[in-house]
Amino acid sequence: MKNVSELIRVFQSSKLIGSSSSINLSDEIKNCYQTDPGYVYRFKMFEICYTRNNYFNRTDVINISYKILCDPIQHNLVSNLNNYNLPDFSICILVGKHHGVTDDEAMTVENILYDFIGIDNQNIKFNVEIKELYLFEKTIPLKSLEIISTSLLSNPLIQYSCFSNTLDKVLNKKQNKINHTREVKWIELTKTVSEKRHLGFSDLEIQAVLSEYNKKEFQEIRNLKNIPNKPSDCELELIAQTWSEHCKHKEFNAEITYIDLETGANKKIISLFNTYIKKATNVIERLLKEKNHNWLVKVFADNAGIVRINSESYFIWKVETHNSPSFLDPYGGAITGILGNNRDALGTGMGGAKLLFNTNVLCFGPPNYNKALLKGQKHPQIILKGVVRGIEDGGNKSGIPTVNGSIHFDERYSGKPLVFCGTGAVMSTIIDGCPTEKKPIAPGDCIVMAGGRVGKDGIHGATLSSCEMHTDTPGTMVQIGSPFTQKKLSDFLEIACAQGLVKTCTDNGAGGLGSSVGEMAQITNGAFIELDKVPLKYEDLAPWEIFISESQERMTLVIDPENINSLFKLSEKYQVEVSCLGHFTKTGFLEILYNGKYVAFLSLNFLHNKVPQKQMSALWKKPKIHNSNTPKLEGLHQYNKMFLELLSSYNICSKESIIRQYDHEVKGNTIVKPLMGPKGAAPQDAAVVRLNNNSYEALIISNGILPRIGDVDPYQMSAGSLDEAIRQIISVGGTLPDLSKNSSPFWSLNDNFCLPNCCFDEQTNPDGQYKLAQLVKMCEALYDYSTYFLVPMTSGKDSMKNDFISEKKKISIPPTILYSCVSQVNDYRTVTTSYFKNSGDVIYLLGDTYDEMACSEFYYLLNISSDRVPIVRKKAARDLYRFVSHARDLGLLSSCHDLSDGGLAIALAESAFGGDLGAKIRLPEDPKLSPQVWLFSESPSRFIVTIRPENQQAFENLSSVKPRHLGYVTDNEFIKIYKHNCLLVNLTINECIKAWQKYDL
Amino acid sequence: MAKIRSLILTGFGINCATEMQSAYYEVGAQPKIIHLSELFSGKIDLLNFDIINFPGGFSYGDDLGAGRVLANLIKYKHLSSGKTVFSNLLEFIEAEKYIVGICNGFQVLLALGLLPGTAHDYQQEATLATNNSGKFEDRWVYCKTPENSCASQLFPSGILEYPIRHKEGKLIIKNSSTIKKIVEQKLIALQYCLKDGSPAKYYPDNPNQSWMQCAGLIHPNGRIIGIMPHPEAAVSFYNHPNWPQIACKSTLALKKGDGYWFFKKITAKIINSMKEKMYA
Repeated sequence: MKNVSELIRVFQSSKLIGSSSSINLSDEIKNCYQTDPGYVYRFKMFEICYTRNNYFNRTDVINISYKILCDPIQHNLVSNLNNYNLPDFSICILVGKHHGVTDDEAMTVENILYDFIGIDNQNIKFNVEIKELYLFEKTIPLKSLEIISTSLLSNPLIQYSCFSNTLDKVLNKKQNKINHTREVKWIELTKTVSEKRHLGFSDLEIQAVLSEYNKKEFQEIRNLKNIPNKPSDCELELIAQTWSEHCKHKEFNAEITYIDLETGANKKIISLFNTYIKKATNVIERLLKEKNHNWLVKVFADNAGIVRINSESYFIWKVETHNSPSFLDPYGGAITGILGNNRDALGTGMGGAKLLFNTNVLCFGPPNYNKALLKGQKHPQIILKGVVRGIEDGGNKSGIPTVNGSIHFDERYSGKPLVFCGTGAVMSTIIDGCPTEKKPIAPGDCIVMAGGRVGKDGIHGATLSSCEMHTDTPGTMVQIGSPFTQKKLSDFLEIACAQGLVKTCTDNGAGGLGSSVGEMAQITNGAFIELDKVPLKYEDLAPWEIFISESQERMTLVIDPENINSLFKLSEKYQVEVSCLGHFTKTGFLEILYNGKYVAFLSLNFLHNKVPQKQMSALWKKPKIHNSNTPKLEGLHQYNKMFLELLSSYNICSKESIIRQYDHEVKGNTIVKPLMGPKGAAPQDAAVVRLNNNSYEALIISNGILPRIGDVDPYQMSAGSLDEAIRQIISVGGTLPDLSKNSSPFWSLNDNFCLPNCCFDEQTNPDGQYKLAQLVKMCEALYDYSTYFLVPMTSGKDSMKNDFISEKKKISIPPTILYSCVSQVNDYRTVTTSYFKNSGDVIYLLGDTYDEMACSEFYYLLNISSDRVPIVRKKAARDLYRFVSHARDLGLLSSCHDLSDGGLAIALAESAFGGDLGAKIRLPEDPKLSPQVWLFSESPSRFIVTIRPENQQAFENLSSVKPRHLGYVTDNEFIKIYKHNCLLVNLTINECIKAWQKYDL
Repeated sequence: MAKIRSLILTGFGINCATEMQSAYYEVGAQPKIIHLSELFSGKIDLLNFDIINFPGGFSYGDDLGAGRVLANLIKYKHLSSGKTVFSNLLEFIEAEKYIVGICNGFQVLLALGLLPGTAHDYQQEATLATNNSGKFEDRWVYCKTPENSCASQLFPSGILEYPIRHKEGKLIIKNSSTIKKIVEQKLIALQYCLKDGSPAKYYPDNPNQSWMQCAGLIHPNGRIIGIMPHPEAAVSFYNHPNWPQIACKSTLALKKGDGYWFFKKITAKIINSMKEKMYA
C-alpha cells in the first residue's frame, strides 16, 4: 500500500451545562440581533490531514486525537457528528482562518502529533486546521445570518465564514487562496500609482523620488548592475514606508507658519519636534549635566529612551499608540500594540532587556453610545471589549504585569479609538564588557532575522497608520499577534544577549525588515540582503511584500560572523527560528536581492535624508465659548445626588471589572497595585514596581491625560496633563530633580500626541489650520512646563489624522496628549498610598482651589459651558511638590491622594474606599468660593493628605506651604461634608461604592 | 543537612519561575530553573532533585486548554532513551519525592492524572474549567487548609492570603465516586474562605465557584500538591494589597508574606522526611 494523503475531522464540544458558551451565544444573538436561533451547538473542529500507510491509518489518528485533543471531563470528542444524536438543526456556519493567517494552536497540534508517533515515523506528514462549527436549531433571516457570521462569529480580516442548511456543503466549501505574482515589477511613479498602491506620496515627494531616479550618477551605477532606471515596486514601497508619517514624523518636522490672532504674533516654526520637544530635553540635559546629575543616558536616538537607575541598571521606557489597527480589529490591534511595544524595549541599545511592566491608556466613545452607526463604524462597547481582551492576552500571556492605566470616554473617540501601550524594562549597563546603550555595527556583521515567519499580514501598516480611516481601508494592514511566539523570542533574546552573542538588535515593527534594516544600515552606511532567505508562512509572496510585511514577533539581530553558529545552536533550544539574510556594508547603498537579482538599490542618504520638508500653516484664534449660568446646588439632597452621580459617571466610575482582567502582579514585584486596601477597592495614583526582590529600589509609574480641556485651551490641556503625570508620582513617592542637591532620582516622560487631520483643505478640512495651532499650543506648554519641573522627554510618538470618515460624515478625535511618567524611589517601604489608614487621622487639603470649572466632570454632567479652564501655576506646583516629598521623607504622611476628575469630593470618596473608615470634613472658610467650587473644581496641583494626630504639629510647622485643615478620618463608614454647620453631603461608604461600581464595563 | 534541591520548570510560556526561585532562596533551599527544552532533551536526571515545581503561566499559550499541551508532551513525547518524562516522574514519585503545581502547573498535574490520584491509573479524574465569571481575574483571596486534611503538614495553619490569577480555576470532579474518595481521604489541600475562616460560598470570595470552594488538591501519598493561588507572589509582606495600612498600624512590617510560610513549610517537611528516612 502506498502512502496516501487523507483527511479526517474530529469534533470537540463542551460537556459542561451552565458554563457552556453555546447557551450564552443563543442569548447574545437574541439580544443583539433580535432574532431567535433556538439552541446553538458549537463545535471546535480539527481537520487533520495525514499520510496513511500500512502501519498508520484512520483508527490510529482517532485514537491519538482522543488522547491529546480532549479533556475527558470537559469535552466530548467524536469523529462523526452523527454520534451526537443531534436533534434537527436548520443552519450550519463554519468559521476558519484565511490562508496564511498564523494559527498557533493548529501548529501546536501538528507538533504533538509528530511527538506522539515518535521518531520512527518520519515519513508521515500532518497538516492541521482548526475551525469553528455552529449549528442553529431554528432558521433565521438571511440578512441576520450574514451579519451574525461576519460580525459576531468571525473577524473577516483574518477569518472566513460560510453557512448553509446542510453540513456537507459548509464542510466541503473550498476557501480562496491568495494568488500573487512573485515577480518584481518596474514602475513609472505617478500620482495614480501612489494612490492605487496606498503609498501616500505627496506631489512634492513624487518629484523628489523622480529627480533621484533622473540623477546621472545614480543611473550609471544602476546600469552597471543591470538595474532598470525605473523604480521597482520594492523600492517604491520602501521609500513610501521610510517617508511615512509613522517613520519620519513629517508633520512634527514640517515648516509651520503660525499666526496667533489672539496676540497678533506670528512666527515660523521649523520642526515642532526640534523647537519644543527635543529642545526641552536638551535644555534639561544641559542643566542636569552642569550639576553632575548624570542619569539621562540616551534620548530620541533608539527604539526607546534610556535613563540610569543606578551603576548597574538602565531603565528603558516607551509608550506608543496603536490606534488605526485597534479601530480595524480591536483585539488584534491592542495585542500587537502591546507586543510591538515590548519589542521596542527589547530592541533598545544592545537588546535583551528584562521587561518589567506594561501600562495602557484608552480613549473610547461612551459605552451607552446610541447614535446610528455609520458604515464601518464599530460600537464603542465592541471596541472596548476587544481592546481589553487584547491587553489581557498581550500582558498576561507574556508574563508582564499590567500595573497602571486609565480609560477616558468622549463621543469624539467613537470614530477612531485611541489605544496607548507602554512598556518599561531594565537592562544591565554592561554586558560581556560592552556598554549596553550603544548600537555598535561594523561592515561585515551578519543581519539575522529571529522569531515568526513572514506573511501578508500587516502590509502597509506604517504608511496607513497616519491616514484617515475610511470604510475601504485595506484589512491587510492588521497584524496577528502571538504572545507565545514572542515569549519564546524574548526568552531566547535575553539569553543570547547575556551570552554576548548579539552585538545589537532592533524590532521588526511598523515597516518590517525594510524599516529595521534600513534604519540600522545608516550606522555602517550600507546593507546587503537576500530576500529569498527570509522564512515565509506560505510561498506566494512578492519580494516587496517580504521586505515590508509587518508580520509580528520578529527581531533583526546584528551578529558577529564568529558567533553565528553559537547563535543558531542556542535558537534550537528555545525553538526560535533564525535566518541569516545578509550583512552590513559601507557602500552607501541598500542592496536588496531576490533569487540573485536586484529588486531594490537605493542610496541610504536619499532614503533617510531627502524627504521634502512639509509646509503647513497654523492659525490660532481663541475659541468663542458661551459662558452659561451656573446653577447653584442647594441643600443636602442636591449635593448627595450630585456626589453619587459624579461617582457613577463614565470617566470617574470604577474600572475594577477591567483592571482585574489584567494580571498586575506576575513576577511578584508590584508593590503598589492599581487597587489597594483591606477590601482591594481603593484606586491608586501611580503604580510602584520594585526592580527585584534583592533591594528596596523601585519605580513609580503614572499617566496624565485631560482631553476635554483642549477644546477651550490646548495649552492648559497639555500643561494640566503633564502636571497630572508628575503630581501622581509625587503623591506616591517621587521627588522632583533639585539642582541644589548633589544628585537626583531619574525622571522619564513619554509624550504621545494624537490629533485629528491638521492639514488645511478648503473642502475636506476647513479648520485644519486651527487644529495645527492647537498642536503648536500643546507643544509650547510641553516645553514651558517640562523645563520648569526639569522632567525630560526621553521618547515619544505622534499619531496624526485620527479621523473616521464614512457616509460623508467625519468623526474626529479631540486633540489629545498623554504624558506617561516614570521616576524612582530608593526605598519602596516609604511610599504613600491613597487610602485612609487610621480613624482619627487629620485630613488636609494641599494646593489652592480656584473657580475654574470649565470642562470639569461637574460642568459636564450639568451641561454647562465655560471658558475658565484649570490653570497650572507652575511655581506654586513645584513648591508644593517639594513640600509633599519633604513631608513624606519625614514620615508624616499616612495617605496622599491627588485631586483630579471630580475634584475634592471624588478624591475624598476614593480615599475612603480602602477600609472600614469614613471622613468628616468642613469646607474651608472663603467667601470667594462657593461650596460647589470647593467640592468639584478640578484645579490642578492639589492633594488630600492624612496625618496622624501626633504628627499634626510637626506637619503644620513645615512652613513652606499652608495646608488647609479639613477634618478627620472617622471610624464610622460615612462621608459627611459640612459648610459651617450646614451638612451638605451625608452618605454611607457603601452607597458611594455602589454608585462608583455601577458599571460592569 | 544539605539544602533542599528544588527544580523549577520554565520556558514555552511558563511565567512564574523567577519569583518561585526567589521564594526557594528565601527559605534556604537550592532552586534550579530548568528550561522545558532541557527536560525534553532527556539529559536531566530528576532524581538529583528533592522537589519538582510546575509554576504558573500559559504553557504553550494555553492551546487546547490550560496545561494540556505540556501534559501531552510529558506523557507521550519519547525521549532519546525511548522513555517519556512521565515515566521518569513516576520513578521520582516512587522515590518519595515531592511535586508542586501552581495555577497552570496544577492544571498540568490534573491533566496528567497525578492529582487527585485516587484511582492510581493516571487517567484524568478532575479538571479546572472556566470561572463562572467567564473572565481572567487577578484578586487576593482568603484560604485555609481544612482540618485533618492530608495537606495539613504542608500548609501553614490559619487563614492565608494569596493572589489568584487565572481564567480556568473552577474545579470539577469526574464523578461521585471520585468525590467520595477525595472527601474520605481528605485530599482537599486548600479551600477559599472568608476572613473569619467560614466557607466562601459566593463570588468573589470563591472566585471561580469551585467545587467545595476547593483551591487545591493533594495526592493520597501526601507529596503531590496542586493549588490555584500563587504563594510565590506573596512571599514578601509588601506583596500584600493592604501592606501600607498594616505597616501603619503595627510594627509587624518586618513579618513575611503568607507565601513565605508555604515554601518554608514544604521544605521543612521534606527535610523532616529525609531525617526520618536516615534514622529508619
